[in-house]
Amino acid sequence: MTANRKDLVCGLVFIVIGLLFALGTRDLDMGTATRMGPGYFPIVLAGLLILVGAIIAVRALGKPAGESFGEVPWRAFFLIIPALVFFGFAVRQVGLMPAVFIVALASSFSSTKMTVPLALTLSAVLACFCALVFVVGLGLPIQLFGPWVRFW
Amino acid sequence: MDLLSNLALGLATAGAPENIFYCFLGVLLGTLVGVLPGLGPTATTAMLLPITFVLPPTPALIMLAGIYYGAQYGGSTTAILINLPGESSSAVTSIDGYQMARQGRAGQALAAAAIGSFFAGTVATFVIAILAPPLTDIALKFGPPEYFSLVVLGLVCSVALAHGSVLKAIAMIVLGLMLGLVGTDIYTGAPRFTLDRLELADGINFVAVAAGVFGIAEILRNMEGEKTREPIVTKVLSLMPTREDFKRMVGPILRGTALGSALGVLPGGGAILASFASYTLEKKISPRQSEFGKGAIEGVAGPESANNAGAQTSFIPMLTLGIPANPVMALMIGAMIIQGIVPGPNVAREQPELFWGIIASMWLGNLMLVILNLPLIGIWVRLLRVPYHTLFPAIIAFASIGVYSVNSNAFDLYAIALFGIVGWLLLKLDCEPAPLLLGFVLGPLLEEHLRRAMILSRGDPTIFINFSERPISATLLTLSAIALVIVFLPNVARKRKEVFVEED
Repeated sequence: MTANRKDLVCGLVFIVIGLLFALGTRDLDMGTATRMGPGYFPIVLAGLLILVGAIIAVRALGKPAGESFGEVPWRAFFLIIPALVFFGFAVRQVGLMPAVFIVALASSFSSTKMTVPLALTLSAVLACFCALVFVVGLGLPIQLFGPWVRFW
Repeated sequence: MDLLSNLALGLATAGAPENIFYCFLGVLLGTLVGVLPGLGPTATTAMLLPITFVLPPTPALIMLAGIYYGAQYGGSTTAILINLPGESSSAVTSIDGYQMARQGRAGQALAAAAIGSFFAGTVATFVIAILAPPLTDIALKFGPPEYFSLVVLGLVCSVALAHGSVLKAIAMIVLGLMLGLVGTDIYTGAPRFTLDRLELADGINFVAVAAGVFGIAEILRNMEGEKTREPIVTKVLSLMPTREDFKRMVGPILRGTALGSALGVLPGGGAILASFASYTLEKKISPRQSEFGKGAIEGVAGPESANNAGAQTSFIPMLTLGIPANPVMALMIGAMIIQGIVPGPNVAREQPELFWGIIASMWLGNLMLVILNLPLIGIWVRLLRVPYHTLFPAIIAFASIGVYSVNSNAFDLYAIALFGIVGWLLLKLDCEPAPLLLGFVLGPLLEEHLRRAMILSRGDPTIFINFSERPISATLLTLSAIALVIVFLPNVARKRKEVFVEED
């Protein structure tokens, strides 16, 4: 039995998401059609998503496999995603300039074409530019250097 | 006359030095980012959106509008010069525009695009000024059932105009609607899907969804087996079109403007449809059919006018009804809500300066675009040579600051990371992100009006389709049903495939 891989996976993903949302409505009051509770509309939507997901998956069956999923950019995943999380976690402690510098430096190496000098220059320029634009220019209430890196 | 006094009010607002400055800044930034290869208007607007939050509502929305048409215009420059359109609406331009560029006529193609866009933008501004007040009046009479049906129609249209599989687009909309429901239920105060996180009580941060799905996901995708795509940037020799060029441009510009103004109002991405329709029309009626695809100036002037007119008139449903016609308008609505403005017909009534100021600023913005783009083309050409790997760290840095600036909370950064991954996965599965964003914005609206309508009718669902009592709602739902049936017709399905394949 063959199946279009992408469509099959896609349908299954939607079914799983629909089920998760349906599970999330367990503690919510359904109400009645006249006075809908907080759970009414979400459970309808979850059902609809599961249904559409199932149709997508079933229609994928029996079709030729189609193009493969392709490669996963692991390197980018392991650099960019933690960089974003780091920014959220640490921006208040280290301040805007160090946070931008680290985010830019880490994520820039997800490109294989990046060189160390270029990445360092780029990140430094970005940190200064963001400080100027967002804090000096637009007055965002973020410290340039936070308590963790302030030694003076 | 009302129209004139309204426009005068708008010009007075938009002409205030502060607003002119932010309009200019928006247009400049929009062009600057939009011209970069692979960044379309949606991604550009999503990324620059947070910058506007520090401003008061009027300059913020004026700047945002400027970013949008600046990005739209910048995308056309990229399409013409290096054949890498950032978004599907400028894909048509690249067909003949790039051919013209290869023949050394890049300047003329750019000029045609600029002149066409400016003319279309001017006309479309008037169309908005004329149509907006009566539409607002109609919208004020809308009750919950009408609003519900209107939102349904908008969502169905965006399905019809999405690329690829209709089923996947529907699934994306439903997913977007559900994500939009996360947060506190407005009627009962019950927390929904908040996973016991306090940060989710007000819902998922809209900017995190938009920047994650459009910005981060796209970057992850571009990092897959990075191809060396050193773009070949063609030289711009002279900008001045010949007299022959002018003669050939007039018709397409006029027809493109008319088509674009009409189709732009449609929910679901009118600008894309408009540029395709204009190209098809020009090709059909031109005596020089054989030149199309080989550098016909009509193929640039027509679609560019249509595209810009459509981009402009897509503000109509957003401004009058609070319903977004495309993802960028969804971003505008998100911005309004963050600014504390309730989008909808009351904006025109309660905040006429804001309403007419935005409209008038569009015309000013279009004027600035022409001034910015033609003389400064050398700068944009140089920007096109910026390689991607020096660009994307900046995008990530801006997105991080932008998302953080909305609520100053760390959780939103975890959200953008998550939506980056989810967006990438969905892109890999050939699911378009645009319907998801529309659904996300419209989810709360849809539920609210559904619940109110059902209370109104005491639980009788026929309130939506009762022609004698609720003719508007019934008509809107009938239209939605027809649109849905049409996209599933085998003939149309095949045609759809062809159209959307052509643009890739």
